[in-house]
Amino acid sequence: MDRILEVALRTGAQAVHPGYGFLSENTTFAGLCEDNGIAFVGPPASAIAAMGNKSEAKALMAGAGVPVVPGYHGDNQDSLLLVEEGDKVGFPLLVKAVLGGGGKGMKLATSAKELPEALSSAKREAAASFGDERVLLERYIIRPRHIEVQVFADTLGNAVYLFERDCSMQRRHQKVIEEAPAPGISEEFRRSIGEAAVAAARAVGYVNAGTVEFIVDTDTGDYYFMEMNTRLQVEHPVTEAITGQDLVEWQLRIAAGQRLPLLQDQLKILGHAFEARVYAESPEHGFMPGTGTLQRWRIPHGAVSFSHVGDVRVDSGVRKGDQVGVHYDPMIAKLITKGPDRRTALDNLHAALSELQVSGLPTNVTFLKRLASHPAFAAEELDTSFIAKHLDSLTGAVQPPAKIVALAALAHHLLQVQAAEKEALSIGGGQLGPWGVLDGFRLNHELTSNLSLTHTATSAACNVHLTFHKDRSICLKVSNESGSGEIKAKRLQLSNDGASLEAEIDGERLTADLSVHDHSDEQVLTVWSGGETYEFSKPVPRKWARSGSVQSSAGLVTSPMPGKIIKVLVQDGDEVVEGTPLVVLEAMKMEHTVRAPCDGTVADLAALVGAQVADGAVLALVAPAAQAAAVGAGQ
Amino acid sequence: MLPRERIQALLDPGSPFLELSQLAGFGLYGKENVPSGGLVTGIGRVHGRLVALVANDPTVKGGTYYPITVKKHLRLQEVAEMCRLPCVYFVDSGGANLPRQADVFPDRDHFGRIFYNQARMSAKGIPQIAVVMGSCTAGGAYVPAMADESVIVRGNGTIFLGGPPLVKAATGEDVTPEELGGAELHCSTSGVADHLAESEDHAISITRNIVANLNTLARPSAPQPPVTALFEEPLHPPDELRGVVPSDPRKPWDVRAVLARILDGSRFSEFKALYGTTLVTGFGTICGQEVGIVANNGILFSESALKGAHFIQLCAQRGVPLVFLQNIMGFMVGKKYEAGGIAKDGAKMVMAVANAQVPKITLIIGGSFGAGNYGMCGRAFSPNFLFSWPNARISVMGGAQAAGVLAQVEAQKREREGTRWTEEDQAAFKAKIADRYDKEGEPEYASARLWDDGVIDPADTRRVLSLALTAACNGYSPTTPHYGVFRM
Repeated sequence: MDRILEVALRTGAQAVHPGYGFLSENTTFAGLCEDNGIAFVGPPASAIAAMGNKSEAKALMAGAGVPVVPGYHGDNQDSLLLVEEGDKVGFPLLVKAVLGGGGKGMKLATSAKELPEALSSAKREAAASFGDERVLLERYIIRPRHIEVQVFADTLGNAVYLFERDCSMQRRHQKVIEEAPAPGISEEFRRSIGEAAVAAARAVGYVNAGTVEFIVDTDTGDYYFMEMNTRLQVEHPVTEAITGQDLVEWQLRIAAGQRLPLLQDQLKILGHAFEARVYAESPEHGFMPGTGTLQRWRIPHGAVSFSHVGDVRVDSGVRKGDQVGVHYDPMIAKLITKGPDRRTALDNLHAALSELQVSGLPTNVTFLKRLASHPAFAAEELDTSFIAKHLDSLTGAVQPPAKIVALAALAHHLLQVQAAEKEALSIGGGQLGPWGVLDGFRLNHELTSNLSLTHTATSAACNVHLTFHKDRSICLKVSNESGSGEIKAKRLQLSNDGASLEAEIDGERLTADLSVHDHSDEQVLTVWSGGETYEFSKPVPRKWARSGSVQSSAGLVTSPMPGKIIKVLVQDGDEVVEGTPLVVLEAMKMEHTVRAPCDGTVADLAALVGAQVADGAVLALVAPAAQAAAVGAGQ
Repeated sequence: MLPRERIQALLDPGSPFLELSQLAGFGLYGKENVPSGGLVTGIGRVHGRLVALVANDPTVKGGTYYPITVKKHLRLQEVAEMCRLPCVYFVDSGGANLPRQADVFPDRDHFGRIFYNQARMSAKGIPQIAVVMGSCTAGGAYVPAMADESVIVRGNGTIFLGGPPLVKAATGEDVTPEELGGAELHCSTSGVADHLAESEDHAISITRNIVANLNTLARPSAPQPPVTALFEEPLHPPDELRGVVPSDPRKPWDVRAVLARILDGSRFSEFKALYGTTLVTGFGTICGQEVGIVANNGILFSESALKGAHFIQLCAQRGVPLVFLQNIMGFMVGKKYEAGGIAKDGAKMVMAVANAQVPKITLIIGGSFGAGNYGMCGRAFSPNFLFSWPNARISVMGGAQAAGVLAQVEAQKREREGTRWTEEDQAAFKAKIADRYDKEGEPEYASARLWDDGVIDPADTRRVLSLALTAACNGYSPTTPHYGVFRM
């Protein structure tokens, strides 16, 4: 912070925009700016502080007439009083331990009848787990929607709302797809929630951009104040898209002391917009964050960046070749689309996601695409449990079609041939003459080869047997879990840069974009075709692969994710049984215990405390009894 | 992996593989089937460099060496030495085929010659690399031991002079193959092998790296003859070559039909077109490589032989590789021709062929009889490569002629003895001889015995010739002959 101020003072900056990270809600920094006569593009420190403490903010809002979730937070823990208060709050009702967390000491009472039992069991659990049996009561909202309102206030006392956004599509309490305006609400509701948000802002003397978050009970239509984000938010582009306003421009004008560019009656909703957050994560593995180097970053044709002009907008801070690590939020980009109505905007979102090409690290692009085309989402069945409820259809692995496997096998072959051609040229292989023609010529027989690829999403093996005919057509026998079949490929054309392939597969002209990168001991091939993304991997032989028959990979212990080793619990030569904890890994601020995969002896322990390891890194080998003997004998 | 799969994995993706002697051993050992002679050999491309490859086939009698296996191995080494090609040996062999030890062990061109060749080639700067992917027992152990660099696969490759059964018999010691000669032992203790591979794939990736580091490109064995990168295809499609030979072997046909389907742009600059017309000579290019063509177009007369001798000297003088297209019934016989000194003129052609220090490739596209075989650079004249078409026939003379000659000799003998020889007996006698000649003249009979380097599909002729020419020119450095060109 001192450095930023120092730079600001030395360069004569008049204002500092804190972005939308931690700095934007840092009261100390906002205060320092005020003290040094530099405009902090955001609210005054006092407003940040007032909204920073969530329970105090709720009390403040209740006082200002903004609805908050009904509940009882009192110190009087008399059982009879609690039952009485519970009746006042209404059902369903949640009984929570004051010190609770992680679901412990939390009980649900769906009616007054269940309340006494819920109270006593919650208290019992709270006492056992936290040594404090105090509880609080809160109305439980069965199907909540997350709707938030964008507000702006200037230093001259004007305040407006720029309508609402629906952010109900969440996983791990983080937003995935946001849209504006919120579908399925009445104009009356819109005005009511908007005015409540403005009231909330006024209550704390708010200035500049802010977002008031509400929880909406889809059954009753009631909304309650949750919290206020005292900054510009990640999802602000959808508001820009539907209002036609540049919110950052508004922020700067207000910071400069100007009045709001538009007043409430001048603001209109001009259409519908969606924002999809592109995360480096694996939805099929519980949304576990992933890391890697961006090998391909291709945004939809005609997309604009950091501007609300145009139907497709991509805001991102990454470029091809960038390393995405575990130290920051896994969001790598935001894709925003708009249209005159929700249907069109949603179609645009799906089309834009189909055009987006990312490789080198796991992403949620396919997941986003399925979400965008989910019938229930199109039908506006929105609540915060949507993703959890539809998880299987959103993340369920689907076998790749045989034609795609064939295309991947052909791509693999042609890319290898192309690499060999380039190598020959680079070493002056113009002298190779007819040996430079890499058509796999064989005397009196046709060249055949076998290729085994793993479809990474399903971990399914795809085996392909290729026969290269003299007329340059290729016959492929594809077999995987869903069966086997024969495919004929003709007129193959790989682009000079190896990034796209055209082929006639069983009489159908197919095109695909390709990207290849190495990940751990595997070569990963990404194929984009027909708006879908497919990823295949193939092991690369390495010295440390240990695939020789003496030491099989049976007892190989590998890191399940990138992280830091914080504990090593065994030593070489230790006897372990299946499930014995071997190594503790810290990743994403969580500890993961790596256990022995089988009974045996620990050998080749490669884990060191403090070491940063990639996923798939070999940590140790647990040699089964028979194998250990063979190893001993061989040495 | 099977031997061809091993080779394929080592080669650059899509690389052509010019396999040699596929019919080796065919019908040679009665009921014992020895496909491809138990060994796959050929030339391919690794990291853009031409390499000669040998892979034992362990599925044929444990990869042991039959006499034909030894011959095929030695032939590949001969080709590699002539063409200066680095050799990669995929070793997976039990050594000599013990029941046939007398035919594989002691003679000059027997088993030991393999190691002699390795040593001599190594001395000439032709790299020798062994990849041990199976057992290397006894004699087989010397292939990796004599190599410049060797790779061995853990749990799969073993090298020992005497296997566990022999050790047990000799010393009573009980020992596992892995303990006796496994990868771990040879790479860390004995030093017999250099690189330890964890799998066959791994061994192949190591071997590819070895080839990449041979430094063969930095110091080429010889100044490379210019090869045009871009060349025209023949005007007539090469696959029509399947149809140029008439089904009736007595019907004459013009060899230029073949040239029109193998030379770039079907362009042929004929030399001495009006003289000695039963031999066609001239220049052309095959896939950009300049060649001199010597092709039969009928029986060789004195003039044709002289023209051939002249043209061969011309090519030797200019360093132009020679391609011989053999379709020869022989030199003309008869009183007039002997008196004209046809033997002397034929000898001139043979002399020119034997001493022309240029790469030579011979293709038998029809008959190959008598001294014609010699004048047209037959096997005895060490062409770099010799291939045959399926219609090729090779023998000292035609079956009918031989039957006629032998029948006359027999008839004279019977006349002296005073025994009668019926017409039927005589016909049966002739038929038997003719049959035998015909059978022994078949290309599979010849190829099984390695009288050639393989029988090829006529449609592949241009491709095979071009691949073979490039390989042959790899080791070629032009030397000026001691004489000028004699006009004959």
